[in-house]
Amino acid sequence: MAGFLQQVVVGLGAGAIYASLALALVLIYQFTGIVNFAQGELAMFSTYIAWQCVAAGLPFWLALVITLVVSFAGGMLIERVIIRPVEGAPELTLVIVTVGLFVFVNAAAGWIWTFLIKDFPNPFPDGALSAAGVSVSFSTLGVLAVVALVMGLLYVLFQYTRIGLGMRAVASNPESARLVGIRVGRTLALGWGLAATVGAVSGVLVAPLLFLEPNMMGGVLIYAFAAATLGGFDSPLGAVVGGLIVGVAETLAGAYVDVIGSDLKVGVPLAIILGVLLFRPQGLFGRAVVERS
Amino acid sequence: MSSAITSVKTSVKTLAATVPAARWRWLAVAALLAAACYAPFQLAPFHVFQLTMVLVYAVALLGLDLLVGHAGQISLGHGAFFAVGAYATAIMLDRLALPYPLTLPLAAGTAFVLGLAFGVPAVRLRGLYLALVTLAVAIFLGPLLKRFEAVTGGSMGLTLAKPQPPAWSGLAEDQWLYLLTLVVAVAAFLVAGSLLRSRAGRALHAVRDDEVAAEVMGVRLSSYKTLAFAWSAMFAGVAGCLYTWVIGFVSPDSFTVNLSITLLAGLVVGGLGSMSGPVLGALFVMFVPGIAQDINDAAPGVIFGLLIIAVMYVAPTGLAGLAGRLVKKVPRKE
Amino acid sequence: MRVSAIGAAAVLLLVAACGGRDEGGGGTGTAASGGACQGQQTTGITDTSIKLGGIYPLSGPASAYGDIPKGIKAYFDYVNAEKGGIGGRKVEFIVRDDGYQPPKAVEEARRLVEQEQVFALFQTLGTPSTTATWDYTNQRKVPQIFVATGASQWGTDTAHPWTIGWQPNYISEARVYAQYLKQDKPQAKVAVLYQNDDFGKDLLGGFKRAIEGTGVKVVAEQSYEVTDPSIDPQMRNLAESKADVFLNVTTPKFGSQALAADAKNTSWNPLHIVNNVAASITVLKPVGFENVQGVVSSTYYKDPNDPTWQNDPEMMLYKQKMQQYAPDADPNVPYHTFGWAVASSFHKAMEAATCPTREGLRDAVRNLKGVKVDMLLPGVTLETGPDDGFPIESMQLMKFKGERWELFGDVIDTRKEFGPLTG
Repeated sequence: MAGFLQQVVVGLGAGAIYASLALALVLIYQFTGIVNFAQGELAMFSTYIAWQCVAAGLPFWLALVITLVVSFAGGMLIERVIIRPVEGAPELTLVIVTVGLFVFVNAAAGWIWTFLIKDFPNPFPDGALSAAGVSVSFSTLGVLAVVALVMGLLYVLFQYTRIGLGMRAVASNPESARLVGIRVGRTLALGWGLAATVGAVSGVLVAPLLFLEPNMMGGVLIYAFAAATLGGFDSPLGAVVGGLIVGVAETLAGAYVDVIGSDLKVGVPLAIILGVLLFRPQGLFGRAVVERS
Repeated sequence: MSSAITSVKTSVKTLAATVPAARWRWLAVAALLAAACYAPFQLAPFHVFQLTMVLVYAVALLGLDLLVGHAGQISLGHGAFFAVGAYATAIMLDRLALPYPLTLPLAAGTAFVLGLAFGVPAVRLRGLYLALVTLAVAIFLGPLLKRFEAVTGGSMGLTLAKPQPPAWSGLAEDQWLYLLTLVVAVAAFLVAGSLLRSRAGRALHAVRDDEVAAEVMGVRLSSYKTLAFAWSAMFAGVAGCLYTWVIGFVSPDSFTVNLSITLLAGLVVGGLGSMSGPVLGALFVMFVPGIAQDINDAAPGVIFGLLIIAVMYVAPTGLAGLAGRLVKKVPRKE
Repeated sequence: MRVSAIGAAAVLLLVAACGGRDEGGGGTGTAASGGACQGQQTTGITDTSIKLGGIYPLSGPASAYGDIPKGIKAYFDYVNAEKGGIGGRKVEFIVRDDGYQPPKAVEEARRLVEQEQVFALFQTLGTPSTTATWDYTNQRKVPQIFVATGASQWGTDTAHPWTIGWQPNYISEARVYAQYLKQDKPQAKVAVLYQNDDFGKDLLGGFKRAIEGTGVKVVAEQSYEVTDPSIDPQMRNLAESKADVFLNVTTPKFGSQALAADAKNTSWNPLHIVNNVAASITVLKPVGFENVQGVVSSTYYKDPNDPTWQNDPEMMLYKQKMQQYAPDADPNVPYHTFGWAVASSFHKAMEAATCPTREGLRDAVRNLKGVKVDMLLPGVTLETGPDDGFPIESMQLMKFKGERWELFGDVIDTRKEFGPLTG
């Protein structure tokens, strides 16, 4: 039993990582209505900025603040410079631009910082809480706490602020939003900025666990997609719950289902995405969209 | 070299000015075909090989275009169907020792059936969601191939002999493979063309442009979408078969998710919904990574990523659209 | 619109067609090839130059290995500028990127051989890329020398005489660990984490074969995919086995993760053996040196971070020349050292060739007799013969102490201990 519970805890730890990136995916989708394939890479790049600051001798928390600010500005800048010129192009064009961005950012990080692993400071203390034969590391607890905090902030932003309202209007229909006086361009830029910031938080959280190198986020992306799909692409709570479920399901399947084993584990997010989309396309926490043509 | 281009340009201009559009089109296709047949006897073997690969990718992109450009569905997992065709061919050649011409229809059929099976749930998904599911499929494929090592050769893959030119032809291996691929590619384009002109093709366009209206008009949405998926998978499978003939080696590392993403990027860069888009996209997929490395040796990805973004800037509807716009301007000036 | 696009495609095709028709095929070199060397291939080699091509992943997920050619280039630049090249021939080394994709590797191999007219392919990196190209190089009779992969097939295969490896193959490495356990922990229960590809399976398979009939047993094995974000779940499963030895068969990032997971788990403290691929100091440092004390691995070339070699003439030369010819590259990165070592091995092999021809090089690398390469550990030499296609099969064990690896025991020659490796 303790073994099983320990597996669940390991799964929650993995799930927290997926959830952190899923939050950024949900955020950008809410603001702009597109899926940003480069989100993980931007998070990775932000993490390198934090690493660079720490390497230059800054204290961790100051480095974090600088990273968040730079990421926000960087996200807005990317929207202005790279996304704006193709605004209004078919959705697929935008998706491909984010694919290009993915390739570019990944290679640029390798170019600047090489592909060797960097040691990234862990903001949380070493060690673990142990009870009844099950131990939970402080890192996992810390990641979960920060993810919950970010989720709460996003919830407030989406539900209770003018920005959140405007953003939902823009994502659902830019033309009408423009007509009622919402500054669409600024809202989109804000969305990119905020998503990049949330991504930066995610990168800084996972870097001590996954180790920082340019491909750090590549493997996380598909799990984060599964998490966002499961929870619903419009719900921060869903992203987090979805992430945790995906993490636990994947870990348990790998440990206890022999047919799956550790090599076919990656089939679990696939099964989850497919299952959710077929039976509850809006996800666990999403609102069903009724289409009117 | 540059004077050659200028002279080609001028002749294009004069042609464009004097010949009516429809006939001009046939002339261009004929010229292209003539050039394609002439190429293997003029080019160095290495360039023949490169053009062969362009044709292979063009067939794959043609299939992807049926789905993306004509049926309006996004697939980020077409590399998986490409791999199915490639592996089916490899297994038939290696384990069953079938003669290679037989492998083409069988590989195409395998991919078609799998596409059909996958298309049933896929039709219920739209846009983004289909993209995610297909992406997950592409990622899942590698481990799956490794699991069935007895059949697939596991992570070491399978190495195969390439089809040899018959003795009477007097052709070199590269030329023979190129001509085989060219014949298959031309056939694929003809089949795709007639598919699109058929009832099914018109139904697909109706679905892409307005699903509800199409349904009201009596188009059975799900069956046409499923069919589009299956056709699309079949072309990818054909391309995979050609790939195995030409490269003579398959392994899980040959068909990573990278391939799927590159294919979709190549198609969008080339241009959706046209016959020239897949060809231009294939040229992009084949030649641009090399160009990127020539520009920046240290980080080719930086240039490749930028080039993708740049093309989308200059030509949001792809190179085919851009070329169309450019040439259209010419006659007006004269 | 469609009309003109087809036209544009035609133009592009024509452009491609005019691109380059300078492929000659036969040898155009003027290298001395009289006498016994008459009629052999001299493509890419003249009396004053030799042209080599290498294929590495400079883009994509395996880009970390893209550092290797930097060390190679630094070596050749140094030899060209200060030694007048190899036997009076200046080396030109062309590096192409395959992004670790086999079809791309085929294309680049053909570009190098047919268009660039290289004398030999000096290194293709990775088992998939090498397997995809070796039929071609052997049909063309182009040497494919010292490929950067430890798969055992480069040495056991007899149908591809033009292709040869360099680094100890994974099975030999596994034998070194088996030998160590047999002596030090004859009843060891081993848990293995391995990468689910040729590398992981070769090493694990070799290990299992080497411990057959001994008290050493593999009690748990878990694989991971390179696309997995983390190996924590696998480590959890292995910990359940309560094994007393943990064999870590991973590539760098996962190596760090596994070392960290082992350090974090205070209730499971096995002897940790990490394979050579992940034993670089750059893998251990991020985990924290205090967490990797006592970890065991094996090696065959000198570690630039090891103070033992501080005053070693070759290491000093390497560091100085790296600074001079590759100022942007950190000489302490072992990939660069690897590049330097393999390049100087090529230097030795080329000098040993009786004919400055492709055939001469092929025969030379298959007839290396105790060739000393200064960057290799003392006691590790290049050794090949008619039925031995593995240049390096000796390794020495090392243990991590303080901030560096410490070599211990003698160099283990797996040929002597286990007999020759056959397919």
